[in-house]
This record gives sequence, structure tokens and C-alpha cells, in this order.
Amino acid sequence: MRFGVVVFPGSNCDYDCYYVLSQVLEVDTVFIWHGDKDLKDCDCIVLPGGFSYGDYLRAGAIARFSPVMEAVKEFAEDGGLVIGICNGFQVLTEAGILPGALLPNKGGRFICRQTYLRVENNQTPFTLLFTPGEVVKIPIAHQQGNFFIDPLYQEEIKKQIAFRYCSSQGEVDANHNPNGSWENVAGIISKEGNILGMMPHPERAAEKILGSEDGRRVFLSVIKWWEEKRWK
Amino acid sequence: MKYRGKVIVTLKPGVFDPQGVTIRSALHTLSYKEVEEVKAGKYFEIILELENCSQAEKRIQEMCDQLLSNPVIESYSYQLEEIKN
Amino acid sequence: MEVMNGESVAKELGLREEEYERILSILGRVPTPTEIAMFSVEWSEHCGYPHSRKWLELLPREGKFSPLLGEDAGGIVYDGLAVVFKMESHNHPSQVEPKQGAATGIGGIIRDILGSGARPIACLDSLHFGPREDERSLYVYRGVIEGIAFYGNCVGVPTVAGEVYLYPAFQGNCLVNVMCLGIAPREKLTQAKAQGEGNYIIYVGNKTGRDGIGGCSILASQEFGVKEEKRPSVQIGDPFTEKCLIEATLEALDTGHVIGVKDMGAAGLTCSTSEMAASGGSGVEINLDLVPLREEGMEPWEIMMSESQERMLLCVERGYEKKIIQIFHKWGLEGEIIGEVKNTGKVTIKYQGEIVADIPALELTKPPVYTPSREKPLYLDEINNFSLHSIPPPSNYEEVLLHLVSSENLSSRHPVFEQYDHMVGINTVRLPGLGTVVLRVKGKKWGIAVTTDCNPLYCYLSPREGAKMAVAEAARNLSACGARPAGVTDCLNFGNPEKPDRYWQFVEAIEGLSEACRFFGIPVVSGNVSFYNENPQGTIFPTPTIGMVGIVEEIEKAVTAGFKEDDLIVVLLGETKEELGGSEYLRVIHHREEGPPPQVDLPKEKALQELLITLVKEEILSSAIDLSEGGLALALVESSVVEENPRGVMVDLDCLGDIREDVLLFGESGGRALVSVRGESLNSLQRFAREIGIPYQVIGKTGGEKLIIKKGEKLLVSLPVEELKSCWEGSLGE
Repeated sequence: MRFGVVVFPGSNCDYDCYYVLSQVLEVDTVFIWHGDKDLKDCDCIVLPGGFSYGDYLRAGAIARFSPVMEAVKEFAEDGGLVIGICNGFQVLTEAGILPGALLPNKGGRFICRQTYLRVENNQTPFTLLFTPGEVVKIPIAHQQGNFFIDPLYQEEIKKQIAFRYCSSQGEVDANHNPNGSWENVAGIISKEGNILGMMPHPERAAEKILGSEDGRRVFLSVIKWWEEKRWK
Repeated sequence: MKYRGKVIVTLKPGVFDPQGVTIRSALHTLSYKEVEEVKAGKYFEIILELENCSQAEKRIQEMCDQLLSNPVIESYSYQLEEIKN
Repeated sequence: MEVMNGESVAKELGLREEEYERILSILGRVPTPTEIAMFSVEWSEHCGYPHSRKWLELLPREGKFSPLLGEDAGGIVYDGLAVVFKMESHNHPSQVEPKQGAATGIGGIIRDILGSGARPIACLDSLHFGPREDERSLYVYRGVIEGIAFYGNCVGVPTVAGEVYLYPAFQGNCLVNVMCLGIAPREKLTQAKAQGEGNYIIYVGNKTGRDGIGGCSILASQEFGVKEEKRPSVQIGDPFTEKCLIEATLEALDTGHVIGVKDMGAAGLTCSTSEMAASGGSGVEINLDLVPLREEGMEPWEIMMSESQERMLLCVERGYEKKIIQIFHKWGLEGEIIGEVKNTGKVTIKYQGEIVADIPALELTKPPVYTPSREKPLYLDEINNFSLHSIPPPSNYEEVLLHLVSSENLSSRHPVFEQYDHMVGINTVRLPGLGTVVLRVKGKKWGIAVTTDCNPLYCYLSPREGAKMAVAEAARNLSACGARPAGVTDCLNFGNPEKPDRYWQFVEAIEGLSEACRFFGIPVVSGNVSFYNENPQGTIFPTPTIGMVGIVEEIEKAVTAGFKEDDLIVVLLGETKEELGGSEYLRVIHHREEGPPPQVDLPKEKALQELLITLVKEEILSSAIDLSEGGLALALVESSVVEENPRGVMVDLDCLGDIREDVLLFGESGGRALVSVRGESLNSLQRFAREIGIPYQVIGKTGGEKLIIKKGEKLLVSLPVEELKSCWEGSLGE
């Protein structure tokens, strides 16, 4: 299978994702320039973190109009796998591909730190190697990660929560909510389950030397899911 | 005709506005105790050339819907004025 | 403009009378306004170092690792890889407009590294402010941190370490010293040179506006508070463009057709054209009509002096100009041919068909050298006349410890560096806050440790000893994680050099710095001098900030500061002397900024470095932390609380001899480290310590939920580590 990492001007986790996929997990990975509409036969598209277009106007607001995003939208509508990490998640919500919006953090500041996440749903292509309720350690680094959803849709979205911020013991509460996200949301999936948006950076937790290997299981899940699908 | 569109984008009621909160507390420290609420927003000035005012209005509205505001969290208002040489 | 009297323009721009005379004799005619502007920035303190040049020659350039000395950024070579680094000040711009001042400081230092052909992989910053009770100081403090976060996070270079110190002496004149580190294969490095007649000079990046005309260079060459109206327009940083500029420049360099590259920072086009021509041994001819401008009606001298950010100048092999320009256009940046290389040895500037400047490049880059008189400041005799007997020993050590742990200079820097993305690039394998920061180099077994260090109070009390201690502390800090110190960059912050007492401080410090670096065999590969750091009350504490880079041979073995399990044996390495002068304890608890600072014993320091590096290599240590501000007590607290789960420890200081309790706890003698080992490793530790000649004392054991410090029968401190942790972490948060 092949991963494609999209490069927007201002992406800054593109190399990190590329390194983890191609060097650590040794899967076929290519970069996709934001101006291209060709997804190069990729089976999973990664929208990496960073500050696409400087986060000017609103984080992700300008990147969503890149030519590549038209292709990504089509790809996603056809059931293709898409992961948006941090700024990539912001792009997906701005584009309306995922619901909700990511507001400035409650404290108003950028936060870079390790966080604990509780896996809420392991029935997705991105989480099948986790157990439900498992606590994993993956860092965050963002200024706008406060997940907001209109009260009208809250009930509906609850089923789509993939990860929630929690304590090392798995308690989900206001003390362990770094940015003020609704329901401590750290990551959600689309209704169909083929798109994941998450603020924490799995590529920063994919090697033992970096203090956690929990993040690599997000990518490994995708690989496993894809291989099983192929056998079917 | 040349027009100047003045667009103001603000957060919808109920959406958390940390900038506004921070500015409010700064004003309080500066002893503007009467300040009850501050809402931060964005202001854009757009100069455009179109045949008539209603066309300009339509285009400005489209820009607001498509790019300048995020309808999930923001609302907008605008004014349009003709620029006379 | 062209009819203005040359001499008065020169004066307005800060040139001295004798400098104007020299310009007349270089040119053999009256200079044009553009030429005067160019000389004024090139010969300014900021760009030309007229007051410091002579002394900088004292600094050692050679060391254990082969040094790499370049124009903008030097470095070392290890395992075929160049590690390039430099530190620079952005003090005055940050004092005027904290957020943009700090942000553009980051931008500038990143472009310096980029100019050497290396990919920037980490930033550090050493910050000094007035106390936060002072409203303006608090504003500056917040703004600077916000600016670093705003620019650094967006540009995608992690901010991995640094320091924050607050002293009244920095009120009204903060210090913002920023450092960047980059890596590149040795053979990929480029120089800031223009060579080969007919090759093109290409301008890339942002457009040019009237930003900070005479900004950095003039601003950094004058005292504050004299003439408010001289404050120039502030430069605004655009980290998004910078990020694109990094990628585009590296892509352009990869083509192999870029002969030289230089960032346009302070003094903009003037500096980049003249220095590229001078170091290439050639000349350049520039047509200002081709420079991409953001504003209308800019005068030629304005274009030459503009300090608009995120711009670089390239010298490109003829025939490949289109290919290079295309790369910059792809990244949404300007890319214009603005001139070419000539074999004239001159910088020739044309504007609207006329020559507006024509100066020999070498002369422009050879500023005058000044060595004004110097004199030992009067305050020194008074404050060094210090007796320990005048300090009453505290009755309650727990109160004192809690006070110190939560004090502004000793508490955790976590609330600050949490606002910086310190992980992007996935190289930060030892995160800030756990001890020395270590970066990996992907695909290599070894890693890079980095730190910045300087205690300004020590330097105030003795510039020479303080500077030596800054080097010793940085080296101790690196070796505590197992890294061998390899290279230094320095950022020398002082007052007005035209005042004899300030100039004395500068010379003393640079001699101390030089002595220590030479003794340890660490080359000084790059650096920066910032004079005129004064406020209406006087001068700042002299602050020769050291940025030091070390190599950890086996990164997996690098050690952190925290106690990792119960029943570890806690050992103090080195000798505790009866020293209290310049300590934070004396300053915070007894309100005295006095005494001789701790004396530096260079041979002992070197031996301790050797011992620590050996112990890490032999995998004997479970944790290690160097002792510095706050002494043994603070080292114990940090080791107890930095891990996610704090861990208690019980120590007895009786074995350290008959020394006052407050000195034992809070004295800041150099050459010491606190380590923990498993029981079975103690023998090996003792053997190595004896062999290398470092005294050691087993002082206690980890475990429990309290920090307990005894001296024989007397209980000095017994505090829950959870309480210490929340005190330590809470103070800089808001």
C-alpha cells in the first residue's frame, strides 16, 4: 500500500510523517504538492501538521482551497482513507469534510506537551490495533485545538469520537482537558469511518527513543486494515 | 464603479472567545472596571470593481460565505460604499 | 536628498567625524547619500564591531573537534556532518516592540544558519528581563515569549531550550539572545560569497519596504532613553514566508548551482552585497530598479538600508538562473535577478540609469577599530567586601527552601517552554525540563546536546570569573548527560563601550571567556556582541551568554536529571567550598547582590566533565544533574520532581564537613554534580572518581514521598515532594 503526505506551504510536520512512514514503518510513501490534483495512486492520504498558509485568516481556512483538496475530497467521498493531524484536522473541518471547528485553546496559548488519550472506538481503520478504553500517550502542539460542535449535532457526533484527552489513569475530566475541547475530544472520525482528524501528533510518538510508541499504532492499524481488505 | 466593502467577522454567540476574555481582563487591570464584555473579531477592507452596487453586494456576500468567515463558528456583517475619484 | 550636506547626513546616521574623513580618502571624493548610508550601517557597532573586533581575536578557534569558521555561522564537524550554530542578540528591538522584536530575532538567526547551507533543526533562547512586578517588564516578558512562540512554532524549527532570568538590572533593557543550530553534510555547506564574473545576483524572499531603516544596526549602536524619536519603524516578522524561504533555499542549494548565499538581516542589501563581494574577492553591480519593492517612491539609500525580513541574496551560476528562480516562485516567493558579479572589487549600485554608489567592497567591510580607555568600576571593591558572618543563618530551612523553589529564577521553566513547539522535527529525544536537551541525528548513533548559560549576577560581581563560570557551567551541564563539549557560540551583552567602566567589564569578561574555552579545548566558532545595553538608571549586568554544543557518542545512553526508582544511592561529586557570594539564596532571602562569586577551578571542572562523560559511557549512572543556581538543595528538588511521578529522597550532609548549613544547602560552588546510581554500580563510580581525582560523598538514598535533608542528628528539611513539585512548577504560570 502507499501513503501520500500532502505538502502545503507552511506544513511543518510533513517530513516527520514521511520519515515515520517510510523509514520507521518502511511503507511506500510519497509527498503530494498542494498544487497537484493527482493523488499518485495513494491508498491513504495524510494531511500533516504545521501552519499552512501561516494559519492566516483561520487555521486551515486557505489550505482547504488548494487544488489538492478537491482531489482529497473526491477520494474521501469514494471511501479513501484520510488522516488529518493537527493542522490537517483543522483543514478537514474548514473544508467541511469533518464536522465541527477547532477554536483557539481555552488558555489562549500554544501548548506543546505529552498528553494521555483514551481510545473511545477501536472499530475504525485507524484504531483497530488499540483496545477500547486503552490509555495511550501522544503529544499535542497547537494553539487552536479546542473542538467545537454546534449543540444541535452533539448527540450525533458522540458516536464519532475516536480519542479523548484523559489522565494517565484514563479519567476524562476538566482537569485533563488541555484546550477546552467539547467532551475532551482529541480526535474524531467521519460518519462513514474512513476519515480521521486528530489534534495529537501520532508521528511524534512512533519511536521508543521519543518516549512513546503509541502513535505508530495509528499508522499500523491503517496498514493492517488495508491488507485485510485486500485479502477479502 | 469602484466599491469599498467593509466586512466584520465575529464569533457567534456562545462560541468561546479567549481573545475577548483576555482583553477584558487586561482592561480591568487598567481599571476600566465598567467593561462587561469584549468580543474580538476581524475586519477586512476589500476594494473591488464591478458594474453596480447589487453586483458588488452579491460578490462580497459570497466571499464572506466561502472564505472570510467559517459559518460553523462565525457570523459576519458588511457595509458597501462607492469610491468616488 | 542629493543636495544635502554630506557631513551632516553622516552625523545624523551616527558616523563620527574621523570616519567621514576616512570615507573621503577611500573614495577620493565627496560620498553620495547612498554611500554615506552604506558606510554608516557597515561600520556601525552592530555590523562592524569596531569596539570589540580586536578583543574577539583572543578567543580560541581550535578544539578537539574540527572547527568550521564561516562568515555568519561557524560550527564543528563530526562524523562527516557539519553542525552549524550561532547566537545573536535582539535586545533593543525587543524592548521597543517585544513580540515583533523577538520574532524577527528568531527569523534572523534562522536565516544565518540557512545561509551556511545547513537545515535549521533547533532554536534556543536566553532571555533576561526586569522583575515581573514592574508593569513594563511584565509586558516585555509576555510579548517576547509570545513572539518566540508566534514565529518559532510557525516556522517549524523547534525551540528546545534556553534560559529565563529576571533581575532589576534588566528593567528598561531586556536581553533577547537567540541561538539556532543546523546540520548539513560537510560538503554541502556554502559560503556567503559572490564569485565568477558574469554570474547573477538574485534577490529572493519577501519584497522590500521601509521596514526598520537603520533599525537593528543603528538601534543596537546607541543607548536607550536618550532620544525617543530615534526609534525606527519596527520590522514585522512573517514566519510563513520564512518557512517557505527555508524550503526553497535548501532546494536551490541542492541543485549545486548556487555559488554563495547570504541572508539580508541587519543592514539589508548593503551588508549582503558588500560582504558577498568582499569574501568572494570580487565586485558586484546591482540595479536597484530591479529590486522587488512593497512601497512606492523609495529612495536608493532607503532600498539599500531597508531591514525588511525574510529576504536572502544568492549568487547563481550563469545559465541556471531560470531554474533557481523557478524554485522560489514555486514556493510563492519573489525571485529576481538584480545584478551580476564583476571583477571590479567594487560594490556598484545603479538607480534609474545613474550610479548612486561605487565603493571598494573590502573597504566597506573593514570598519575602524576602537579601543577606548577602560577602568575598573568603583562599585566592585564595595560589593566584594563581603563577610559570611554578616549573614544570619536561617532558623527555618523549609521556609527558605520553599521560597527559593518558587522564586522567579529557580522555579521550573515549564510554563514558558510549553508555549514553544519543542518537538517538531522529531529529533528532540531528551525533552526540555528533564535536564540537558539532546537531539538525535536521524540515522546516526550519536546525538547533539545543547545548552545556553550565563549567570549575570556573577558577571556583575566579577566579569572575569563570571564569564569563566558561564563556560564551566555550560560544559558541566552538557557532560551531565554524557555529552562532550565541542563548540561555543557567544553573545556578549554589555553597556556603552565608550564609558570606561563598561569597557573594562567587557574586556575582563572576554579574557575570562577566552581562558576557560582555551583550557577546556572548546573553540568559539561564532558569536555576536551587543553594546549600549543601558537604561536611564545605568547599565545592565554584563552578560556574556554562552551557547554550547556537545556530542553524545551513544545517544541511547544519555542520562536525565530525575530520580527513576527507589533505593538508588545518591552521590555528590566535587567539593563544596565555603562560598555564598552571588548566590540566589543571598539575593532572594537576604536581599544582597554581593560577594565574590564562586571561584572557578578550571582543572577541577575539566576533571568533573571527564568523570561524568566516563560514567555515562560506562552506563553507571541512573541520573545526573549539575549543581548551579540554588546549590545542592535545588539539585535535590529538581531530581525529585522532574519525572512525571515525583520521588522522595533522604540525605545526610554530615559527611560534607564542617561548613555552615546554609552554605551546604544553597552555596553555589562550581565543579559539582549530583548523581544517583544503583547499589551494584557504586564501586565502579568510586573507582572512576578516584582515578580521575574527583572527591565524592555518598549522601543518601532515593525513596519515599518526602525530601528529607539532615545534618547528623539535626533535621533541616522534611517536605512532601508533591508540595515541592507544585511550588516549583507554579511560579512562572499565570
